[in-house]
Amino acid sequence: MKIRQAATNSRGRFGKYGGQYVPETLMKPLQDLEEAYDEYSRDPSFKKELRNLLESYAGRPTPLYLARNLTRNLRGAKIYLKREDLLHGGAHKINNTLGQALLAGRMGKKRIIAETGAGQHGVATAMACAALGLQSEIYMGREDMERQKLNVYRMKMLGAEVHPVDSGSRTLKDAINESLRDWVTNVENTYYLLGSAVGPHPYPTIVRDFQSIIGKEARHQILAREDKLPRAVIACVGGGSNSIGIFHQFLHDLEVDLYGVEAGGQDIQPGHHAAALVAGSEGVLHGMLTYLLQDKNGQVQNTRSISAGLDYPAVGPEHAYLKSTGRVKYRAVSDNDALDAFKRLSDQEGIMPALEPAHALSYALKLAKRYPTSDSIIVNLSGRGDKDVEIVARHFPQ
Amino acid sequence: MSRSLQDTSHNEHPIASKFEELRSRREGALIAYLTGGDPTPEEFHANASALVEGGADIVEIGIPFSDPIADGPVIQASSQRALTAGITTKKVLSLAGEFSAQHDVPLVLLTYCNPILAMGAERFFQIAQRSGVSGVVVPDMPANADPQFHKLASKNDIDTILLAAPNTPETRLRRILAETTGFLYLVSLYGVTGPRKTLGPQALDTLKRVSSINKRRTPVSAGFGVSTPDHVRTLIKAGADGAIVGSALVQIIQDHLSNAGEMEELLKKHVAELKHATRKF
Repeated sequence: MKIRQAATNSRGRFGKYGGQYVPETLMKPLQDLEEAYDEYSRDPSFKKELRNLLESYAGRPTPLYLARNLTRNLRGAKIYLKREDLLHGGAHKINNTLGQALLAGRMGKKRIIAETGAGQHGVATAMACAALGLQSEIYMGREDMERQKLNVYRMKMLGAEVHPVDSGSRTLKDAINESLRDWVTNVENTYYLLGSAVGPHPYPTIVRDFQSIIGKEARHQILAREDKLPRAVIACVGGGSNSIGIFHQFLHDLEVDLYGVEAGGQDIQPGHHAAALVAGSEGVLHGMLTYLLQDKNGQVQNTRSISAGLDYPAVGPEHAYLKSTGRVKYRAVSDNDALDAFKRLSDQEGIMPALEPAHALSYALKLAKRYPTSDSIIVNLSGRGDKDVEIVARHFPQ
Repeated sequence: MSRSLQDTSHNEHPIASKFEELRSRREGALIAYLTGGDPTPEEFHANASALVEGGADIVEIGIPFSDPIADGPVIQASSQRALTAGITTKKVLSLAGEFSAQHDVPLVLLTYCNPILAMGAERFFQIAQRSGVSGVVVPDMPANADPQFHKLASKNDIDTILLAAPNTPETRLRRILAETTGFLYLVSLYGVTGPRKTLGPQALDTLKRVSSINKRRTPVSAGFGVSTPDHVRTLIKAGADGAIVGSALVQIIQDHLSNAGEMEELLKKHVAELKHATRKF
């Protein structure tokens, strides 16, 4: 398996986006991380161990499933689902946490910290750390802990310590702030296992590389099934790790349209959504220059989405770059449309998606109708919906 | 004394001049921090004056940011108070202008990248210069993050004060020393800002490391956790040119929100004690 791909330029940027806007104390550990990643991503024994874990622990490769009922009912392009929801833990997050936990172990770090929004990255971190004998501590906004109680319990069962975050809006953004504060305090023995393709260089590259296995498999699978490339690939974008993971292998296939779908929330009014690329502007948050939801004074705005995993005011810098080049098109899908897609996939295919990829699915259902039946499109089904059943039940009372 | 009474050469590099002046008096600099507009713009004005009356040599004013990753709970809370009271970058700049019209003390702004970028760095530095600001500290803009930023600051005669951390490797430390202007801001512990009982355990080692390569004698001031006269005395004795106290002062504001008079008195008194500890005997 080839982990390392066409990387960022020497200053850790994608075009002008990205960079390292961090306190001086983090410059040394970021450099250490970059060097360690450089070394181990080329190391055959590291790659072999990661491949083994991905196959025998996480459950790779994941299937590419033709959603035949959805396709038949739409009478458009064939809709394929990349089934990351079938992975251990129920989401794509484990691809990254196994990779980074393995890296942390090679670097001799025993204490792992991570942030989590919906709890999926926290759970995947706790799992990877338990499997590799590392101690994990997870920062989670108090508000997210209340809306994702089950995942808090899962993390604890898996041996992680969960720290509630009471600063700011008490959600994912603040959990990242608190993780960075922990890291500057415990920099000598601690590895910060970031969960999305965000943050200072080299995180966006590392997370992208570990997630790019999604696109590699999907590209291979669709060619085997259809004997041609898909017309479009669609994925949801919060921080943007599952989307960059599936897009990356298709970036040079210019005939494949790529769509990133952000959380449109209730509507596109400030504070009502989380669509940083669709409705935000350039700024610096969490160590990166990227697109950001902010007021005219540069204060970061609160976000809102029915899916906690997309509820983030910024986005990974590579997405900002891909927006600027026009290679990927970004769209926003509302809470209600995502709920509707959740229901359709559950009813018609017997698959309950997480509310995050339900956003991508919703857009895919519109898009498929525009293409002939001989074409295909791929939706990255990045996680399963069990965690969201309570929220969905409130919207569809029986 | 108003700024207009100073001679021009003195005015071009007020921070460097201040350190020279203090060296000749065998004193360290006391650099006192408050968050701009905390708890309200009016009270802030009185509090900033109290710092000067107490004897602060340089005053640092924070422009609040919603996500201050280098700050602990005390400064986070003060940023939130100021933002809730409606403070903006422009308003802090105008508070800075009022301050520098009234006091002959070099003024430094501390903020994060994003409020500066939102205004546009060029415009920010132009207004800052007109407001009598001498330098900026931007904790999430480390050396080399954005060369353009430093050029724009220097074009407007604003010092960019860089930070050095306990784990900054020597080659990088040399570069930071060469590039910082005004003074070097030494981070005296692993962690975020906040009042501490004891001086940061890495403070003296880091200071020693810096001194051994500081050939040009760039002034070095230590901050993060520096709270008491004892901390200040220890740092100055160990060779620091200045001590930066923030959270310990902001804590006084937080503890006396309902009594503005007492707030000012205590700020003035604590600053006077801290200033006293910068004098070498």
